[in-house]
Amino acid sequence: MRLSLILRTAARLLVPLMILFSVFLMLRGHNEAGGGFIGGLVGASAFALYAMAYGTKDARRALYADPRTLMASGVGIALVSALIPLFSGAPFFKGLWTTLPGGLKLGTPILFDIGVYLLVVGMTLVVIYELDDDGLSLFPRENRRGTTPSSS
Amino acid sequence: MDADLLLILPLVLPLAAAVLALLFRNVPRVQAGINLISMSGVLAASLGLLAIINEQGIQAFASGGWPAPFGIVLVADYLSVIMLIVSAIIGVAVAVYAIPNIDTERVHFGFYPFMNLLMLGINGSFLTGDLFNLYVWFEVMLISSFVLIVLGNTEDQLAGAVKYVMINLVSSLFFLTGAGLVYGTAGTLNMAELSLVLNEVESSGLVTIISMMFLISFGIKAALFPLFFWLPASYHTPPAAVSAFFAGLLTKVGVYAMIRVFTLLFTQDIGYTHTTMLMWVAGLTMVTGVLGAAAQNDFRRVLSFHIVSQIGYMIMGLAIYTPLALIGAVFYIIHHIIVKANLFLVSGVAQRLGGSFSLKKLKGLYAHHPGLAILFLIPAFSLAGFPPLSGFWAKLVLAKAGIEAGAYGIVAVAIAVGLFTMFSMTKIWVKAFLPGSSEPGAASENGTPERTPMTMGTRLMYVPIAALAAVTIMISVFAGPVFDLAERSANELSDSSAYIEAVLGHEEPAADPYTRLDLDRRSGGVHAR
Repeated sequence: MRLSLILRTAARLLVPLMILFSVFLMLRGHNEAGGGFIGGLVGASAFALYAMAYGTKDARRALYADPRTLMASGVGIALVSALIPLFSGAPFFKGLWTTLPGGLKLGTPILFDIGVYLLVVGMTLVVIYELDDDGLSLFPRENRRGTTPSSS
Repeated sequence: MDADLLLILPLVLPLAAAVLALLFRNVPRVQAGINLISMSGVLAASLGLLAIINEQGIQAFASGGWPAPFGIVLVADYLSVIMLIVSAIIGVAVAVYAIPNIDTERVHFGFYPFMNLLMLGINGSFLTGDLFNLYVWFEVMLISSFVLIVLGNTEDQLAGAVKYVMINLVSSLFFLTGAGLVYGTAGTLNMAELSLVLNEVESSGLVTIISMMFLISFGIKAALFPLFFWLPASYHTPPAAVSAFFAGLLTKVGVYAMIRVFTLLFTQDIGYTHTTMLMWVAGLTMVTGVLGAAAQNDFRRVLSFHIVSQIGYMIMGLAIYTPLALIGAVFYIIHHIIVKANLFLVSGVAQRLGGSFSLKKLKGLYAHHPGLAILFLIPAFSLAGFPPLSGFWAKLVLAKAGIEAGAYGIVAVAIAVGLFTMFSMTKIWVKAFLPGSSEPGAASENGTPERTPMTMGTRLMYVPIAALAAVTIMISVFAGPVFDLAERSANELSDSSAYIEAVLGHEEPAADPYTRLDLDRRSGGVHAR
């Protein structure tokens, strides 16, 4: 697939919006429709769009972390959210809540959602990037026109 | 230690280990260490749990603080904890064995994280007290095992995995449908409450139909006749460490689930479900498995068919459904997991030393590696039921239970199948370990191949094999205490009141007005249709 100017310009606008929206969905999830899973999918599709516009190499660079590290830390965070109640004498997986000054309620379920979010982003991106490594021509390649996508 | 903590450790440890192993994905040694620590930790926690159950009876834990019929409970009775301990023993053995057996490429693709996720699924299945949660754990287990079975991407692995995946998805479908029907009929999925409610459902025919859906679903997982063909098609394809873990544990989770639901939930129509269906299935499973094995010429395919035939013995215990028969079934599971996993581990070493899994190519291992030959003989004779090894005691108990219950036919089948098992083990012994006949080829003058040098890795592979052989001998020598343990477990299984009380407390939920009303309405509706 060739680098597309339209797609690249659109991606530059859309990707930050999508990431923002994915975080919004995740945070909204506790009381209304949304949650870590759906938020993670939207977040992953933002990076997938970026990869389609600029190539997976640039998309990997934009993510900073390896998607597999995201997966591991996601499960880790979810596990920690389940373990936290043990330290205060509550049963495993009990949802604990605290109200911050200003009326913001925070609890272990949001931590669990963050874990799910990271896991879904990581897992989806592992699959998508793997498609590129397997030679599926879904993503633009570097040096196809002699330039790297990022130098445009 | 706190009982609740011990109950969740077999789940938390493998999950934490999977996370850590994924984070250290570029450092195979650290991963191997994490894996070993996690498996040993699960073993220690399970032993601790056994001690607590010995003192205080069945342990139940409501996760998240939600009380029993509403939240998900984890329950550890004798059967659960026995399964936990035995599978953790296999986990530790395979953790050691995998270090030399699993190549770096497979480690790089996530062997250790998925091994731990598989352990998580297995332990979860043993501990959960909720029917739908059991389904979820089955899925965790299946997805991890799908990955492990294709890891390495060889052609026969993919061919085996396709069959494995397809048939197991069918099994999941039956399980899910069955669980849906149970919820529609009884209005709960908590197994203890179901045990009370299902016995009061008016339309017991519907319950019997549901029980048959579970028989199909768990029958596929446990590789029962006629749904076993995926097992010999796939188990011989992954590396020996993986196939030993699968052979020891995965089908036995199916057997465990079957024992659980056919002692706790579906005891309304024993004459049909147990004495007819399970009995026939058990007999046919034994016979087809052992006959299938006779036709095979691959070390691990022979063993795979024997898993099928041995599963028949466990189901035979469940089918006879007397306390003694249940003791036999539990004893058989304990004995079988250790022995079968060990035989697969031996096959891996034989492959390393002899260069092949094929019995046509292997020969004369005894001449240069008498130690391996002896380590093969212990589990092999035990599997065939040679006195005084563990398999003999297991079969003796089952045969006695069968005769007491008047089920002479199945006892005759069991004994005949035992003889055929002997034949298969002898075949492996003669072909792989004794010098071959004067065939042209790799063999030298007297039919004995060149000695393959022992590497450090091969020596390390001997350690878990010797340890498991020692466990088999322990079970044989101390058959009394193991029998006691199996007896306590069988008592709990035949009288589920202790289980129900541990989960639900002293109240009787079926007497609850809302449940009663709900139940009448629902079963009435079914009748009207």
